[in-house]
Amino acid sequence: MAQPADLLYSKEHEWVKIDGDVATVGITDYAQNSLGDIVYVELPKVGKKIDQFGNIGVVESVKAVSDLFTPIGGEVIEVNAGLDADPAAVNREPYGAGWLFKVKVADPSQKSNLLSPSDYEAIAVD
Amino acid sequence: MNTESPVKRTALYDEHVRLGARLIPFGGFDMPVQYGGILKEHDAVRHRAGLFDLSHMGQFVLEGENVAAWAETLTINAVASMKPLQARYNIFCNPQGGAHDDTIFYRLDGRWLLVVNASNADKMWTHLNANLGDSGVKLTNLHGRNALIAIQGPKAVAMLQRHVDIDLSAVKYYFCAQGNAYGKPAILARTGYTGEDGFELFLEGEDAAGIWSALLRDHAGEGLEACGLGARDVLRLEAGMPLYGHELTEEITPVQAGQTWALKLSKPAFVGKEALAEQLERDDFSRIVGLTMEGRAPAREGYAVFMGDRAVGEVRSGSLAPAVGNKNIATALVAKEAATVGTSLTVEIRGTRHQATVVAMPFYKRPQ
Repeated sequence: MAQPADLLYSKEHEWVKIDGDVATVGITDYAQNSLGDIVYVELPKVGKKIDQFGNIGVVESVKAVSDLFTPIGGEVIEVNAGLDADPAAVNREPYGAGWLFKVKVADPSQKSNLLSPSDYEAIAVD
Repeated sequence: MNTESPVKRTALYDEHVRLGARLIPFGGFDMPVQYGGILKEHDAVRHRAGLFDLSHMGQFVLEGENVAAWAETLTINAVASMKPLQARYNIFCNPQGGAHDDTIFYRLDGRWLLVVNASNADKMWTHLNANLGDSGVKLTNLHGRNALIAIQGPKAVAMLQRHVDIDLSAVKYYFCAQGNAYGKPAILARTGYTGEDGFELFLEGEDAAGIWSALLRDHAGEGLEACGLGARDVLRLEAGMPLYGHELTEEITPVQAGQTWALKLSKPAFVGKEALAEQLERDDFSRIVGLTMEGRAPAREGYAVFMGDRAVGEVRSGSLAPAVGNKNIATALVAKEAATVGTSLTVEIRGTRHQATVVAMPFYKRPQ
């Protein structure tokens, strides 16, 4: 699957969409497929300040707990409340309804630490 | 375990690859953890049927006049009273009463088949050979040579019936028959590890791939799915069945694991008898209980369990349980005073305590 072109990516298989000073974060299609059926997502609380590449939560599949890292730093301004009842949305629509949280970006220059779609595609292979 | 030996492949390895399975090393073999997805496979077994490769499990043939008498001395359950073609769950213990392995004996025509856990197959082979003494019992190790596949689920028996030359309705639960499947010799056992009806087929390794792919081809339209070890673990946990290494270990005895039903203290001496009898008598031991969790966070092996502020034990297995109201369920080894059904406990998950309730097992019973 081609990576959406309007997103940036981390080596830990998260994506980020930056719109002004707000960044929306999720995990990639490759990540959701590797994890399998996702049954629980634990996200930081709104208002929490998080550092780029910090460990800020977990994504759990039936079999395993995986750490979640944020591809960008800032203050959490919204979490996807729908995932509590429907964590499988991350499997179905990792770039859509399965988004995880939004951050008010602290330092726009952090974008330069992220991967382009083509660079990410090179590492998202089995 | 011989962790340094190369990972082996079952007779069905090529089938797994063809089906796009995700393979992981388990019990010394590259085994499918999932094909289409654990929840999808679980759903197939609970509502239609699933097909499992269990060829990684240890298979030992026991022969000789004294098999039953000899096996009685090494196991907690009765062996000699087994009828021809009967199967029986049994546990080998160490002298302290801990579980060396949990197994199934099959009494065949003129020989016995012992199925042991894959992860314990080497340990059990050594254990059996070390205890042969002058019993005259002859052991043959079929591990990795013969195949074992299971077809489980409400439609499983009807599906299998169309391809075998015996009347499966005449084979009672925990009995077996010798027959042919797709014209190939098979031991057809009405046993399983899912909580559903179904059969396990002991096959010659060279026949396994043909039978496996024929079953999938002939019954895909009725919902038969290849199922991996991931779904199997969820199914067995819902059905309240212990998994060696979790609910039973060299330290956790059958008494602690709630398998006292299989303990026959009326038997003459057997390994572990005194320790188990004393443990039962004292009745002060920590024990395996079932937990249902509040909320969406799954309890996982090793998480601490509390009663009030006091740590009382730890989680041994945990999973989302689609057949238990889509709740998270777990087993935990807890102190006696925390083990009463209905007790409110908490499980610590990443620093936060989550409510849990002790419930009776099994969590799931199939509709009759």
